[in-house]
Amino acid sequence: MAAPIPSPTGPAMPFVHRLREAVIAGLVAMALAVPFLGLRTVNLDQGLVVQANLAYVPLAGAVVFLGRLILGLLAAPLAKAAAPLATWRPPAGAQRLRPWGGPLLVLAAAALPFLPFANRYVIDLGTTALIYILLATGLNITVGLAGLLDLGFAAFYAIGAYTCALTTTQLHWGFWPALAAGGLASSLFAVLLSLPILRLRGDYLAIVTLGFGEITRIVILNWQGLTGGPNGVSGIARPTLFSLTFDRRAPAGGHTFSEVTGIAYAPEHRLIFLYLIILALTALAAYTVARLRRLPIGRAWEALREDEIACRSLGINPTMVKVSAYATGALMGGLAGCFFAARQGFVSPESFGFMESATILAIVVLGGMGSQAGVIIAALFIVVLPELARGFADYRMLAFGLAMILIMIWKPGGLLSGRLPTIRLSNAKPKPVAEAA
Amino acid sequence: MTEPLLDVQGLTMRFGGLLAVDGVDLTAERNRITALIGPNGAGKTTIFNCLTGFYKPTAGRLLLRHPTRGPIELQTLKGYGVARTGVVRTFQNIRLFPSMTVLENLLVAQHQALMPRSVFSLAGLLNLKGWRAAEEAAVDTARDWLRRLDLLAVADEEAGNLSYGMQRRVEIARAMSTNPLLLCLDEPAAGLNPRETRALAELLAGIRAEHGIGILLIEHDMGLVMDISDHIFVVDHGARIAAGTPAEIRNDERVIKAYLGEPDADDAAHAGGDAH
Repeated sequence: MAAPIPSPTGPAMPFVHRLREAVIAGLVAMALAVPFLGLRTVNLDQGLVVQANLAYVPLAGAVVFLGRLILGLLAAPLAKAAAPLATWRPPAGAQRLRPWGGPLLVLAAAALPFLPFANRYVIDLGTTALIYILLATGLNITVGLAGLLDLGFAAFYAIGAYTCALTTTQLHWGFWPALAAGGLASSLFAVLLSLPILRLRGDYLAIVTLGFGEITRIVILNWQGLTGGPNGVSGIARPTLFSLTFDRRAPAGGHTFSEVTGIAYAPEHRLIFLYLIILALTALAAYTVARLRRLPIGRAWEALREDEIACRSLGINPTMVKVSAYATGALMGGLAGCFFAARQGFVSPESFGFMESATILAIVVLGGMGSQAGVIIAALFIVVLPELARGFADYRMLAFGLAMILIMIWKPGGLLSGRLPTIRLSNAKPKPVAEAA
Repeated sequence: MTEPLLDVQGLTMRFGGLLAVDGVDLTAERNRITALIGPNGAGKTTIFNCLTGFYKPTAGRLLLRHPTRGPIELQTLKGYGVARTGVVRTFQNIRLFPSMTVLENLLVAQHQALMPRSVFSLAGLLNLKGWRAAEEAAVDTARDWLRRLDLLAVADEEAGNLSYGMQRRVEIARAMSTNPLLLCLDEPAAGLNPRETRALAELLAGIRAEHGIGILLIEHDMGLVMDISDHIFVVDHGARIAAGTPAEIRNDERVIKAYLGEPDADDAAHAGGDAH
């Protein structure tokens, strides 16, 4: 029996089968098109009237028929073309270059604002992408490494942002102490949140974290006295460089960057400075995660994802492992939130809805769970591509969906799905051999 | 005669109306292999789960005589706490960390020793000398066990990709990397071919001779049990029906009755395990 849906790598199906399949798809499309396209309600004087416009129905059928046929015919060659992609491994020599990859990437990213084509827009876009990379790096600890699904990560983002907003506007703290406070507050909150959900797993964990994300947003929205509710908080302190501001005129008793350095004032300086801060934060976070993965705590996170019962049988306390994973991930989310608040100068609950959690999770899943390089590529993909395609704004989501489907077909585990071992015996320094034989 | 390492008295485990384990007494000593046998469903694994903290026994006293921490009542500890006293187990259906490498599996096992040395990750994050030395020592421990179990060649492979027999060995190597006092093996020979079973017997005898630890073993392979055990406890329907040396057990009428015939019948059923 032939399977109804041809596997992309299976033997080529005869053309007749493809044709039949396409005809069936076209008929189904026509049946669906009758209510969706053929009938529409029009608001006339005498009220709502249903108008029939059945001309669309055969059109829809034809489009689906052709699309299915072409897709069917292209499936085999496409799968063949993509096969090397799925099994592609970097050449052996690349292994030695790996340690240099991170620093080189950071240097290249640091050079971006000074390149000739860099304008406000490019730097701003880069800053947004880096915020998402930082967020996804944090979420990657909980989801990718420790295997704890979290659909409410935006809560930690929001707590970081609001901590920054409130400490700078109410307590008149500077940006840097507020940044530390944002990270810590978010981390602390994660510890409290993680305690009730330690026993949950899988779907249940997903639902509860989704709930926590929404609860956080709704509390912020309704706690008018503290957070300003839907009006948000404005007038958040801008980041300073050793107490130098990037304003045109120095505040009372302060100095500006341009005064001290003698460089003529330009509004871009602040943008470049912001970009470099988030780059430094993100690089630090990525480096920390890379180190943590090689430490007992990081290995325990991964072991927990693999088998919680085996962890317990080895004396590892799953509670501590989970709480530490949530806290470390939230710390990074909080830092990103704090930076976001300082960059915008304004926060409101709208920025931390479920879509935000979903986007961050999409970056982690798309990049390949647990992979830092995957997170970077996926964040660029999700943040930068829609911007580039702004001209086709109406079709952006369509293209996005198509890209997602292609990735599901070719790279179901994410763009970079392979897990890198944290240590190799062949690289470890061998112990001097004591035995004679 | 020294006091036994582990002293179990009146262990009872009740699941609702089902009495799975009914007042079982058993002991395990250092430098001895103690076997726990019995027909399927006799309650052996339940006893193991109580011993290693996975179940909280309904009644009974599990006393571990720890050489440095003194006597410890295991039934009062949390699940992971039992493993920290040095009572470490393997599982009937292997539980490795499948997408981590074999070496990583053995390093996770040394979490308890390594965690303080990484000073809660701070020394580790800064890659300080003390931490590096601790990690090298852990790798050396792992390397020794890999060599011992003939796993050096697959040290950097993902554990989940190995053959069944190898995975069993990785699980034992992982348990031994924790530097245990009492190694509890739940059917270590299940699914092994006769050659692998013989190697396992040699390994267990070697561990008994060199490491001064106790081994507690659940096993259906009667050949293996009779061959290497120093002491055997037989349970049936949750109760202990016999205890003694292999020779005594072999001739015990109740045991023969419990197994409905020759104990060796079980042997034959397991001999044809999966090939390497």
